Amino acid sequence: SYVISFSFQQRIEIHKLRQGDNLILGFSIGGGIDQDPTQNPFSEDKTDKGIYVTRVTEGGPAEVAGLQIGDKIMQVNGWDMTMVTHDQARKRLTKRNEEVVRLLVTRQSLQKAVQQSMMS
Amino acid sequence: MSATMDTESTYSGYSHYSGHSKKAHRQGRDRHKSPRSKDGSRSEKSVTIQTPPAEPLLGNDASRAEEGQDDNWGETTTAITGTSEHSISQEDIARISKDLEDSVGLDCKRYLGLTVAAVLGLLVFLTPIAFILLPQILWRDDLEPCGTVCEGLFISVAFKLLILLIGTWALFFRQPKADLPRVFVFRALLLVLIFLFVFSYWLFYGVRILDSKDTNYQGIVQYAVSLVDALLFIHYLAIVLLELRQLQPMFTVKVVRSTDGESRYYSLGHLSIQRAALVVLENYYRDFTVYNPALLTASKSRAAKHMAGLKVYNVDGPGNNASGQSRAMIAAAARRRDSSHNELYYEEADHERRVRKRRARLVVAVEEAFTHIKRLQAEEQQKAPGEMMDPREAAQAIFPSMARALQKYLRTTRQQQYHSMESILQHLSFCITNNMTPKAFLERYLNPGPTLQYDRERWFSKQWTLVSEEAVTSGLQDGIVFVLKCLDFSLVVNVKKIPFIKLSEEFIDPKSHKFVLRLQSETSV
Repeated sequence: SYVISFSFQQRIEIHKLRQGDNLILGFSIGGGIDQDPTQNPFSEDKTDKGIYVTRVTEGGPAEVAGLQIGDKIMQVNGWDMTMVTHDQARKRLTKRNEEVVRLLVTRQSLQKAVQQSMMS
Repeated sequence: MSATMDTESTYSGYSHYSGHSKKAHRQGRDRHKSPRSKDGSRSEKSVTIQTPPAEPLLGNDASRAEEGQDDNWGETTTAITGTSEHSISQEDIARISKDLEDSVGLDCKRYLGLTVAAVLGLLVFLTPIAFILLPQILWRDDLEPCGTVCEGLFISVAFKLLILLIGTWALFFRQPKADLPRVFVFRALLLVLIFLFVFSYWLFYGVRILDSKDTNYQGIVQYAVSLVDALLFIHYLAIVLLELRQLQPMFTVKVVRSTDGESRYYSLGHLSIQRAALVVLENYYRDFTVYNPALLTASKSRAAKHMAGLKVYNVDGPGNNASGQSRAMIAAAARRRDSSHNELYYEEADHERRVRKRRARLVVAVEEAFTHIKRLQAEEQQKAPGEMMDPREAAQAIFPSMARALQKYLRTTRQQQYHSMESILQHLSFCITNNMTPKAFLERYLNPGPTLQYDRERWFSKQWTLVSEEAVTSGLQDGIVFVLKCLDFSLVVNVKKIPFIKLSEEFIDPKSHKFVLRLQSETSV
């Protein structure tokens, strides 16, 4: 049986939710060039210092928009997120005057193609 | 079950010392010893009465043992008591005969060696003086006058001889501490070397100087100085060979006592087997606990019971198949479901508890006894003048209150043979004199100590035999095993070489001690 893994990019548009004085997106990020990449459970390459989605709140704006846990965020509103520090990433996502953020994310999928066809 | 322990065997001598009145009225009752079975049956209460109170409380004289009243009767079964009485008397006879023959034979050899060495030493010491004096005596008139250089050499000879004398005294004039089976190879070598050396010097002197009546006195004195120099160098060689060479540890020896498996490790240098045996024995007296035959009776009785349980019947005919029989016995013994391990476990747990209980009672009794004694300060002398006692009297005054607890403890730990009442009183007065606490007094009795702590008659180990496959004057090698046997037990010595250690270095730059902080934070947005 074969295992094929590939990644595809997706554009996700999240509308921020207002909670009191804050605008929240409903997910958590991890990673950054100042962090330890070996502790990232979602990356395939353990030297990858990009920003990953570590948690998605149920029913939050991110889940509604289709963001999944383990996604790597490549761009936010045109700003590059592959070579930023953790704090810079947080700041770019939580700009107070933006109500909509458009993310470019990369997601990995594993498919056992032949094995599935053999079993079905 | 613990209540019965109080009423076990007691000596009536106590009634004279202790204040416990309930013991006093037992005097009239049983007049015979009731032999007790093994420690398993605890519920028996038995009382022993010994009539004359003048007997020592913890009587263990050799004469009593030979009369047949073995003090260990409380701990052994009736079957084994019979054989052990016989074996004790036989061993005593063997020991006595061995002691007699020791004192005569080997001393001759030792003294012969000593006299040879002494004579040679004296000869060697007087030789330079003779070299200098003989020309003066024999042909004084022909000699050239002795100038300043020559007289300077006299001083040099005198001081070197003095140094040689002091060095020889320091190195060689020591009490021989042991009697070894074979001669010391290095010592013999050195004696031969010195003899040859001095002999050759005398030969040269006799031929070239005495016969030809050499007139160059300075040359003769210089010759004597060279002899003294060479003697000093031989003395240096002696130090290196006899003292320094074995200091660096090269071997580790493991010494195991054959009867109870107690073992120790020692580090030795390059020694001959007999000298290594000597070192082991010197350390044995200090490090190993004293050999106590009473502690071995339990395992012996277990072994006896095990063998006695099986009988072999030859059903098939009169064939004498001895090996087949023994094999059948071993197989049957292996298959038999005996619960002797169970017995051993409970017996040991029981014994442990009993020892701890007796120990607690003993510690309390001794502490209470010691509180009665107070050191008399100078000012208090006027306050209580009537009660002044010297340490011996003070010891005798407080001894009765702890005597019973102490004797019971010693009997439980099978040590009662090693301590007589007199020795306990002496130790007690020693502790009182030196202001020791009760715990310091008890340290000697709570655990068995090294052999040196006890009386010489109790040692069981005075005459040793070295049993070895290699010659005893050959050096130690890796893997050598030799045995030091004495009458009752033996010490098995196993020699191992200390491994060659390869040590390499690694340099760590102090600047390399730098650290980074590795974070993995998670922020919710």
